[in-house]
Amino acid sequence: MLGRTANDLFWLSRYIERAENMARLIEAGYRIALLPRADGDNNEEWASTLKSAGCADQYYAKHGTLSTKHVVDFLLFDATNSSSIHACLATARRNARAQRTALTREMWESLNGSWLEFQQIKPDSLRPDALPRILDWIKERSAGYRGALLNTILRNDTFYFSQLGTFLERADNTARILDVKYYVLLPSTSMIGSSVDNVQWEAILRSVSAHRSYRWVYKDSYRSWRIADYLILNHAMPRSLHACYSEIDSALDGLSEVYGEAKPCLATAKSIRKMLDQGHIDTIFQSGLHEFLLDFIARNNRVAHEISEAYHFTS
Amino acid sequence: MDWPGSCLSVLMEQIRVADLTLAFDEMNGFGQDVREPYAQVAAWLDSVRVEELRKKSAEAELLFRRTGITFAVYGDTEATERLIPFDMIPRIISAAEWRRLAAGIEQRVKALNAFMYDIYHRQEIIKAGRIPAELVIQNSAFVPEMIGVEPELGIYSHIIGIDIVRTAENEFYVLEDNTRTPSGVSYMLENRETMMHMFPNLFAENRVAPIETYPDNLRKTLESVAPRRLSKDPTIAVLTPGIYNSAYFEHAFLADQMGLELVEGSDLVVLDGHLNMKTTEGLRPVDVLYRRVDDAFLDPLTFDPTSVLGVPGLMDVYRAGNVTIVNAPGAGIADDKAIYSYIPEIIEFYMGRPPILKNVPTYNCRKPDALKYVLENMAELVVKEVHGSGGYGMLVGPASTADEIEAFRARVKARPDNYIAQPTLALSTCPTLVEDGIAPRHLDLRPFVLIGDEVRLVPGGLTRVALRKGSLVVNSSQGGGTKDTWILQD
Repeated sequence: MLGRTANDLFWLSRYIERAENMARLIEAGYRIALLPRADGDNNEEWASTLKSAGCADQYYAKHGTLSTKHVVDFLLFDATNSSSIHACLATARRNARAQRTALTREMWESLNGSWLEFQQIKPDSLRPDALPRILDWIKERSAGYRGALLNTILRNDTFYFSQLGTFLERADNTARILDVKYYVLLPSTSMIGSSVDNVQWEAILRSVSAHRSYRWVYKDSYRSWRIADYLILNHAMPRSLHACYSEIDSALDGLSEVYGEAKPCLATAKSIRKMLDQGHIDTIFQSGLHEFLLDFIARNNRVAHEISEAYHFTS
Repeated sequence: MDWPGSCLSVLMEQIRVADLTLAFDEMNGFGQDVREPYAQVAAWLDSVRVEELRKKSAEAELLFRRTGITFAVYGDTEATERLIPFDMIPRIISAAEWRRLAAGIEQRVKALNAFMYDIYHRQEIIKAGRIPAELVIQNSAFVPEMIGVEPELGIYSHIIGIDIVRTAENEFYVLEDNTRTPSGVSYMLENRETMMHMFPNLFAENRVAPIETYPDNLRKTLESVAPRRLSKDPTIAVLTPGIYNSAYFEHAFLADQMGLELVEGSDLVVLDGHLNMKTTEGLRPVDVLYRRVDDAFLDPLTFDPTSVLGVPGLMDVYRAGNVTIVNAPGAGIADDKAIYSYIPEIIEFYMGRPPILKNVPTYNCRKPDALKYVLENMAELVVKEVHGSGGYGMLVGPASTADEIEAFRARVKARPDNYIAQPTLALSTCPTLVEDGIAPRHLDLRPFVLIGDEVRLVPGGLTRVALRKGSLVVNSSQGGGTKDTWILQD
């Protein structure tokens, strides 16, 4: 496989995953923006949404102040924002065109169909009630693409590079959502049961579509350390850091088998996996949740970098 | 632009002035009964409602868009990828007609390759005085770097598209040969896929020869011309200029159908006298390069130094016999407009027999007799610049004013070498779905022939049709479309 192909497949998956995550972030932020607040300022929540999305500076440079309309437009439709859903889908589709020969017909048609439909949306004439529908549609299309991939692609390097893109992006996303709100999870500042905390905690869970499954797993009302435990260490929760690293680990194992050689990125990923296997949420809180997350994000980036080196993404 | 629209548009200009009612119709001949090959389809057309066809047509369009069978327009964004309109009424050729065309095509492509070998070696045809030396040597399509190079099996042009037009029951003419990087074969294949999907029962009623072996044949052809010293299976790659090229879909399509890597110039590097591609496991040698990049951009060290589409040093690897380039650099010398009029002589010279397929009679204004005739009959002729394309630099006599003709006459007189002229042809028509219903529209045919260890020709081709009444320009950007082409079996 060409190094460029591996690179494009990896980023194609990352961008699809990023678009889906962005839809969830907007959804969670929008919910809070709709809540009645004593001080009347519901826009502050958008600040953390923008931070989680990693494009706060760009937003302020363009719009100055927070407003639901501007934020939604910026994150959803703004082609100049490289993290917007528009930009993610456009880039994913461009990569897919460049690598058509590596994709199955089902994958290509799913992605191409999404892009063609997305282009039909006219942001300016959008009614407010259309937003939830569009966000649902994006999650649906992302799921459709993943489904096409899982159902039709050969289990070879094409599959493994795609998996790596998806789960490295997802791990990064979950870690950043947690980090932006880590302070509301700290026991010292949380008055258990306060309504503000509950709203914040629910927002975190909603950003990773885990507000319902939490109840199934913990059979209890929201507790900050359990939320952290769920999103970091629970191996059954498909967006947790642990679950992501199970997938990354097995994709890298797959690549080592395909190419008959284990690269340094495998060892790095295994050490992260081990850390998550053996981790305990109390210890993480004791040594600092924020520090833990920052360290994780850096290590996650290192794995991505080592993969691109090992498999000659660019040369 | 790689898409084969430009040359036909020139042709279509010619028939703008021809009396439409006099053109030979593929289904109805010159207005008699339905011709034999169309018996079933004519009955089908009688039974089907136009609204039904339109519905199917819209369905097909959606299918093309979803599949991404589009072509990009230079400088445009993703939003403006275009579709080439697909007309669902097939163009049909009988088994007997095809046998004659196939024999003519095989004869022609063998002669063209023999000509190229000769031109880049001993130049016997020039020594024999059958073709003027300056016409070859001073031709911009002649690549001196190819002199003395020994391409595998002596083949220069492995994939040739031959543009054929028809004016009567037994009158077929070759309008043009495409010996460089002919495109359109993906449309031939996808049009068939679409037709079989839309109208499976038509294929049950008609004995249509299958064409889906084309990618397999292409792969076999490419394998057969791999450098001979290789003992193992050759590694073959398709070289594309990239996703913004107008024919990118076809490049990806063919690579996919053959199971080959689709590479760009930046994926390739020359190292230790070999061509390599940059893979996830490091460098891997490439033995055969099916390039869809023009000669000028192949190697910045030999040709255009500003090119980023090619590979520095590729020509050295090629000359050393360590890679096969398909089609070979310099293959354009065989499809040059000035050479075209000599093709009948070229066929006679190398094949020892008269050509089976006719050329459109062409007056080379460099010859005094021809020049005299052209100047006297300009009002009836189509006059073209030798290196012009896309309908530029040409005069359509019957459609021009006296002043225009006078102005052009002065240009031809000043530089006769630069012009050729041809009579106005009335191209055959075929029933086509248009706004007013079903009406005859003019068309041509481009079969794709493969030349390797043997000549491989799938029974089919790309039929291009001028969809608009009046304008008759088939250029895809100006309302030209395509049809599925059926070759019937006995």
